[in-house]
Amino acid sequence: MKLTREEVLKIAKLARLHLEEEDIAKYQEDLGSILSYVEKLQELNTDDVPEFQHAAGSVNMFREDVVENCDPDVRRRAIDNFASREGDLLKVQAVFENRTE
Amino acid sequence: MDVSTWTIKEAGEKLASGALSAEALTRSCLDTIEQGDTDVKAFLNVSETALEEARAIDVRRAAGESLGSLAGIPVGTKDVILVQDWETTGGSRILEGYNAPYDATAVERLRAAGAILLGRTNCDEFAMGSSNENSHYPPTTNPWDKTKVPGGSSGGSAAAVAAGFVPAALGSETGGSVRQPASLCGIVGLKPTYGRVSRYGLMALSSSMDQIGPLAHTVEDVALLLQAIEGRDPKDGTSAELSNTTIPALIEKDVSGMTLGVPKEYFASGMDSQVAAVVNEAIAELERAGAKIQEISMPHSEYALAAYYIIQPAEASSNLGRFDGLRYGYHSGGENLQETYERTRGEGFGKEVKRRIMLGSYTLSAGYYDAYYRKALKVRTLIKRDFDEAFKNVDAIVCPTSPTVAWNIGEKFDDPLSMYLADIYTVTANLATIPGMSVPCGFVDGLPVGLQILAKPFDEYALFRIGATYQDRTNWHKQSPT
Repeated sequence: MKLTREEVLKIAKLARLHLEEEDIAKYQEDLGSILSYVEKLQELNTDDVPEFQHAAGSVNMFREDVVENCDPDVRRRAIDNFASREGDLLKVQAVFENRTE
Repeated sequence: MDVSTWTIKEAGEKLASGALSAEALTRSCLDTIEQGDTDVKAFLNVSETALEEARAIDVRRAAGESLGSLAGIPVGTKDVILVQDWETTGGSRILEGYNAPYDATAVERLRAAGAILLGRTNCDEFAMGSSNENSHYPPTTNPWDKTKVPGGSSGGSAAAVAAGFVPAALGSETGGSVRQPASLCGIVGLKPTYGRVSRYGLMALSSSMDQIGPLAHTVEDVALLLQAIEGRDPKDGTSAELSNTTIPALIEKDVSGMTLGVPKEYFASGMDSQVAAVVNEAIAELERAGAKIQEISMPHSEYALAAYYIIQPAEASSNLGRFDGLRYGYHSGGENLQETYERTRGEGFGKEVKRRIMLGSYTLSAGYYDAYYRKALKVRTLIKRDFDEAFKNVDAIVCPTSPTVAWNIGEKFDDPLSMYLADIYTVTANLATIPGMSVPCGFVDGLPVGLQILAKPFDEYALFRIGATYQDRTNWHKQSPT
């Protein structure tokens, strides 16, 4: 099984990944061979088997619903990592474009 | 001073008696790295403040202060574990220039125990890989044979300990990333039970499986490290209140009366016959030590790797969504936001990471979710049940860690599926959330082989008891690469 070029481009788009033209064929092949391998699971009848959902086994780990401010130094260091900022705010390109009222 | 074969225990005794200062030990580690790491390439960076921190420990010791269990012991940390103010990259270009704003809880606890954070070790990008070749940085080599891989993804941590650069290091596991490199580098590596160690400050790969784990020469050292970092942390909701805190002094070196299961499926196809022979001899040694050996069957083992390579990339594709080129690290601007995301991620992530993000996006996408992801979660239940059944009859399971010894650098790099198969005996523990440990048990063609021990959730003591008994009767862990 090999994924089509369109399938690879579609999932790359979904995952927000730019792919280099020369890599696309290799991804078609690699993803295809991995997906063929994992097909193996279809051999098993799992109709009556529940999904595994809770790795920790703990339930309802509540804490008080109070605002806990971040340590101001940690906050400063986190903000210092921003690619672009205005004051303490993260500056990004417009999220919505071609907006019509 | 040759510290290369010292254990934490030995170094700790010398430090406590005053025969050695923390400063001298730290300096010696730094010198050894400077001389030896040009071809091993285990460390991405060494700490600029390590000597200063070591001197502070010496001052406190001289003043008669009571010090932690790791006082003055240099420890390496995998580049996916945050250390405040260090550039921490996950072995990825996308985090180039990212400075960690805080310490991971495990790091905070190492510091509290007096450990000297010596530097960050190389790894496969975001812990995805079994050879260290997926690092954005030059790949780490195996200290036993520098033409071979050290394993992965915690290959830098394993190689750093095996090469004698540090007595211990932290790695992280999602599918064998501590145990497998420990096996390939001839040291001990532990994957604790899911929930035993806080993941706060660990870069998330697959949140239902990730755990931080220690690497060292001996089982006792690994227990000392676990003791320092384990336990409930309010910052990680999945971390557990422990009913049995690790106390290394309680480890018995006696396995008489224990029943050890040997799953026949773990010696199946793809298993190197010489590695199997070495592991079987190790199991025979445990039998001579008084353990009862029982063949068992884990019928769903052969499906574990397939389930793993659906669940893990699915979770990774979601976790790695945070790398947007805006909040941290690498940024490549485009015409609009969509293009900025695509460029940053396309240029910032390496090939394997992109492969897994796409794989996860595919199996989670409409129309495929039931056939892949939901199916894999059901198979995960079956694997968990295999272990539950087995542990009704046996105290622990013994088997190989890796189907082969270390392979040539480049050998599997272009064939992702053959690379994935290297994890075939380790992913089961992560899927089942149980603890596992690899202990050196011999050599094939001069390359180390690891014995894997698996136990019930939160029964790390069983692992320590079996591993320490084995090390008490053998000398494999005392050998070091020339």
